[in-house]
Amino acid sequence: MDISIRVGGEAGQGIQSISSIIAKTFVRHDFYVFINQDFASRIRGGHNFDQVRISKHPVNAASGNVDILISLDKETARHDIDCLTDNGFLLFDEDEIDFTSDDPNHLSIPFAQIASTVGKSKIMANSVAIGAALALIDFGLQPVLDCLQEQFQPKGSETVENNQKSATAGYDFVRQNLKAKPAFKMPSAKWVREKMLLTGSQAIALGAMASGLKLYSGYPMSPATAIMEFVASQADRYHIIVEQAEDEIAAINMVIGASFAGARAMTATSGGGFCLMVEALSLAGMTETPVVIIVAQRPGPSTGLPTRTEQGDLNFVLHAGHGDFPRAVLAPGHPEQALYLMSKAFNLADKYQIPVIVLSDQHFNDAYFTVDELDFRNIAIDRGYILTDQDLPSPHEYQRYAASESGISPRIFPGNTKAVVYADSDEHSPEGHITESAAVRNQMVRKRMQKFEGLRREIDPPEIYPAGEAEIVLLGWGSTHGVIKEAVDKLNQNGATAQMLHYSELFPFNHDHFSTKALRKSKIIAVENNYTGQFADFFSEKTGLSVDRRILKYDGRPFTSHEIVNQIKDLI
Amino acid sequence: MITVEDFHSDDPIAWCPGCGNFSILKALKAALVDIQQQPHELVIVSGIGQAPKTPHYLRCNCFNGLHGRTLPVATGIKLANHKLTVIAQGGDGDGYGEGGNHFLHAMRRNIDITYLVHNNQVYGLTKGQASPTSEHGFVTKTTPRGAHSPACNPLMLAVASDCSFVARGFAGEIDHLADLIKAGIRHEGFALIDILQPCVSFNRVNTFKWYSERVYKIDADSPYDAEDRLNAFQKAQEWGDKIPVGVIYRKQRPTLEKQFPAIADQPLAWQPTDPGTFTELLETFK
Repeated sequence: MDISIRVGGEAGQGIQSISSIIAKTFVRHDFYVFINQDFASRIRGGHNFDQVRISKHPVNAASGNVDILISLDKETARHDIDCLTDNGFLLFDEDEIDFTSDDPNHLSIPFAQIASTVGKSKIMANSVAIGAALALIDFGLQPVLDCLQEQFQPKGSETVENNQKSATAGYDFVRQNLKAKPAFKMPSAKWVREKMLLTGSQAIALGAMASGLKLYSGYPMSPATAIMEFVASQADRYHIIVEQAEDEIAAINMVIGASFAGARAMTATSGGGFCLMVEALSLAGMTETPVVIIVAQRPGPSTGLPTRTEQGDLNFVLHAGHGDFPRAVLAPGHPEQALYLMSKAFNLADKYQIPVIVLSDQHFNDAYFTVDELDFRNIAIDRGYILTDQDLPSPHEYQRYAASESGISPRIFPGNTKAVVYADSDEHSPEGHITESAAVRNQMVRKRMQKFEGLRREIDPPEIYPAGEAEIVLLGWGSTHGVIKEAVDKLNQNGATAQMLHYSELFPFNHDHFSTKALRKSKIIAVENNYTGQFADFFSEKTGLSVDRRILKYDGRPFTSHEIVNQIKDLI
Repeated sequence: MITVEDFHSDDPIAWCPGCGNFSILKALKAALVDIQQQPHELVIVSGIGQAPKTPHYLRCNCFNGLHGRTLPVATGIKLANHKLTVIAQGGDGDGYGEGGNHFLHAMRRNIDITYLVHNNQVYGLTKGQASPTSEHGFVTKTTPRGAHSPACNPLMLAVASDCSFVARGFAGEIDHLADLIKAGIRHEGFALIDILQPCVSFNRVNTFKWYSERVYKIDADSPYDAEDRLNAFQKAQEWGDKIPVGVIYRKQRPTLEKQFPAIADQPLAWQPTDPGTFTELLETFK
């Protein structure tokens, strides 16, 4: 069973309180839940929804179909009704919204009235709605009562009781008024507290903190802000400094300063903020200062759709910055990968003394994923080539930009040795002093670019699912991991032989683990949330393979597997 | 015992002969010797211009970054290792033009950095264009009819921003300037020292002679209370026939770095991370 419950309404009506209780109820009973958040750029009003997808098997993408639609405003009832499956139910309160229907599957429930009488406050309407939704699923009422107990316990027993009574009343109302039996069956399950529900932003923040993040500086910008907020919430406990900068330019320059002085540091922003950081990206390249930058994409150009999703900044981050310098670009597809890639980002940044960009997007950052396990013991911290006084024969012999075969020169941290370090944004000598010498210029450009070779070899292969050869290869990167995997499963269930080729380590492109032979016989279909197929172009350029078709979406909304499968029906 | 020799750098100096920067470098070295600053525990951060070349001409840790971005880099360094002495250095274009926003916010933060602004009222490195502190009507190649806007007053901005140490020095008064730099380094908080620096190549108006005739020491004749903000506003506005130098305003208030429990015991840069300790945080998500 795989069901989706959409809670729609105006911002400020409590959409998230409803979706999170429903989600927690099922996560607590060993189900997998995925929530995608769809909201407008406003604090109050507008049309917004959370969609909770529940399954016994892992789910990591939104579904296009809605089985239960809880409508807190007329907008949801009127427009989102098109998403309802044939057996789907609409729950609304005709006392509160201007909507009526005589369809037996459209149930008007006096949420507010029940809340006021049973729950002693109109605020309890959300719990009435939760109970009503659960009544449509053959899962019993007790699981949600237990969840409400856990959730509201800190607010006192009276709050718990009022919420539980309201949910029960909502449940009973539906059971008494529903003509048919509960429509959706869920296998009963025991209460377990094992699975985790977390957003992409939280996974990124956790990965960074566990990798030794010591200073975070950023300027708030959707959809990256939640990363900063999570780090800030844990900063004192884990000895991290979070400083909100006056602008993105200051943010990245602070990060560069902190990194120069020996602390692992990062910033996060979206495309527009990254535009402002680009001058300093080049500074990090020239001074060989490690930095980690999260670019959480949203649709551009310019302000674009601030609260929606796109994968439109790949070309930008690959090419941003003046002059030649090495960088790495990573893009997580799921929370476990985010944890691992954040650790890799910091290690590559330190080891190669370069900027590393982690590309995510609104869909990834704001969606809630169910995760079985996150293992921090797999995270190894490699600070790279750093000298101490013991390594230096004399404090006067240290050269920050000493020549080496790998292009990597030794770092010292100011104050930690008797030597001093000169770092410069001008072209510089091995000592770090400004130079105009043509010979030294050549030596330094080569030294910086030599780092590419080692860096390239660090890049791991793309994920191929399932293994073997396939007629249809769906090519994707970053946040589309879950939805492409689901589409591949659907295609294979329908008699096709399909495969996912998913990249999470995008740049530099590593040719070592790539053979074009197997793929020459396949139809390669790129799936991307942008207008041109930016990764498809990059992939073709690097492999010489042509991409046969591009499934592109740029309306600011994430893909569903249904949409992908629909566009290649002719190939099955 | 630290002597001036400990600050010797072999890097050849690239300033014009007679430049005011030579005197500022001399005063800076004298101040550092006087306070017995260890070169390896000092970081000088600079931007782009003639003044930002200064750290190369001293033995110290140096980060010579982007035009205008000196203060955020210096802030990051100080937050990562607050045991270091951090000096930021730049010119009027770098600090009051390109870096204006950072200037305002560094003062607001009160991070413990000493900011030396070599203010020559002109762009030197790019060969003589108007700067934010050029006087109204100052003729340059980019302002052939004269600068269209009046000069900005960094000291007024600083007093208005409640900058915790505001001073003006003059490159022609080396001992006095060295004393100001010492006081700025010793001051716990953000210290602005705006330094009047004649540019011998591109500023034919505000010359050594021009300044020498006008500059006077703020407390030479009568006592001056730098903690009185209204006084400071008045003093910061004095310009023209008489130009005050000295400490114009000071105030004790908490520094940015003092507010972080994370560094109550030791600097961020010295604190290792054990990834395993984050396992307990996972309970939050269950």
